Amino acid sequence: MILINIKKHLDTAEGSFEAHFKLEVNTSEFLTLFGPSGAGKTTLMRMIAGLETPDSGVIEVDDEIWFDSARNINLTPQKRSIGFVFQDYALFPTMSVRKNLLFATENDEQRQNVDELIEIIELTALAHRLPSTLSGGQKQRVALARALVRRPKILLLDEPLSALDPTMRQKLQNELLLIHKKLDVTTLLVSHDIAETVKLSDRIAAVEKGKIVRLCPPMEFFSSKTLSGKLQLIGEVLKIEEDFPVAVVTLLVASTIVRAVISTDQASLLNIGSHAIISSKAFNPIVMPIQ
Amino acid sequence: MESEFLATMILTFKLAAITTMILLVIAIPLAAFLVFGKMRFKSILETIVSMPLVLPPSVLGFYLLVAFSPSSFIGKFLTDHGIRLAFSFEGLVVGSVIFSLPFMVHPIQSALSQVPKSIFEAAYTLGKSKLQTMIHVILPSIRHGLISGIVLAFAHTVGEFGVILMIGGNIPGETRVASIAIYDEVESLNYALAHQYALTLFAVTFAILLLVYTLNKKSLGDIR
Repeated sequence: MILINIKKHLDTAEGSFEAHFKLEVNTSEFLTLFGPSGAGKTTLMRMIAGLETPDSGVIEVDDEIWFDSARNINLTPQKRSIGFVFQDYALFPTMSVRKNLLFATENDEQRQNVDELIEIIELTALAHRLPSTLSGGQKQRVALARALVRRPKILLLDEPLSALDPTMRQKLQNELLLIHKKLDVTTLLVSHDIAETVKLSDRIAAVEKGKIVRLCPPMEFFSSKTLSGKLQLIGEVLKIEEDFPVAVVTLLVASTIVRAVISTDQASLLNIGSHAIISSKAFNPIVMPIQ
Repeated sequence: MESEFLATMILTFKLAAITTMILLVIAIPLAAFLVFGKMRFKSILETIVSMPLVLPPSVLGFYLLVAFSPSSFIGKFLTDHGIRLAFSFEGLVVGSVIFSLPFMVHPIQSALSQVPKSIFEAAYTLGKSKLQTMIHVILPSIRHGLISGIVLAFAHTVGEFGVILMIGGNIPGETRVASIAIYDEVESLNYALAHQYALTLFAVTFAILLLVYTLNKKSLGDIR
């Protein structure tokens, strides 16, 4: 159980404001921080990691105080049981994949974990290679494995997949899910991507201007009113072709293109690039096996 | 004549080697401080480090000579403790260290400033101290900066003339380095020997630079 109640003054491109994060994260939960850039998501992660200091408040992890301004407690990042995956991977350039992981170890047990982790991320064949010779997805897997070597209590992922192409993204999302289940590590993810957020998270925390404005499971999160549909998909609006009295809207759902006919009134509520829910009643969809 | 030539060359490279080693020890923490330090008057320190780049060597040499002379405060303090810097090899080392400081500090400073902040932070989140991070992660990854610094400082000390002439004079086997010897031989119209010194300096420095840049390119190719 992680208890966070911290305040910090933030200066961002969107202006300066007083951030106040109040959050409880359950053990082995996968929680996503979702919201516009400059809302303070990354700062929150960095404060949990000890890379930045809150102005005031408390961070408590499993009854251990990591930060308490009133009692002048502020553990260094070295003393916090965390794994942090950076947006730019931050792999050590002069060390091979294996050495990157080994550098993180501090006892024999962890050293024995290294080969297993390399196997999980499917990089056994590339274990001796330097990071510069790896692809973006491979680098990200190394960064993830390295963050897990010490078996941290909390895994912090700062937009780890944002620089990858969609296929690699999906593959890594699956791996992330697998690793989260296997190692049972409490995970906090910063993401802009709705599909990713829905797929991975147990709960989503919406962050706006330094506050957590909503906190709920993913499906509830994106459907503001409960729809009676049995089939619900979330997609990105790619194209709206108005052909009075109807409009044909093209959506990207995961990596599949979906077309739907809606009224022009409904179409006027949608913007290209925004996200929409596409839902259907139970008797409507036709399901056929793929030939 | 031959033994004097050899003694002068050995002295020249001994001075350069000692200066470079001292500079390496000083420059790494100094460069780290200039990049990461939080001090209000950091730019003043930065200016002082860079001064030898623009200052005429004779100016620096003159002030060092004044400082080293027993009539000055520093000189008196040193003489009282049995240290004589003016017209001695030790004095040359002190002068060279000051004069070559920017050539060692600048490449290391620029290499350090190019290391992404997240590399440091990643090491900290993996439980590594600042010192461990510096030794195992940062120094290996800025090795091209270290090599550039070593080469530039070494080559610059070998070629130094003004400061050495001012504070060291021309004492064979003690302060007579190659660049001074060339000047001396030319003044005595002894062109053959001047040639010998000049060509040796030229060949040796060329070889060192060539070797180091070749190695550097190779190791950079591995990382990128």
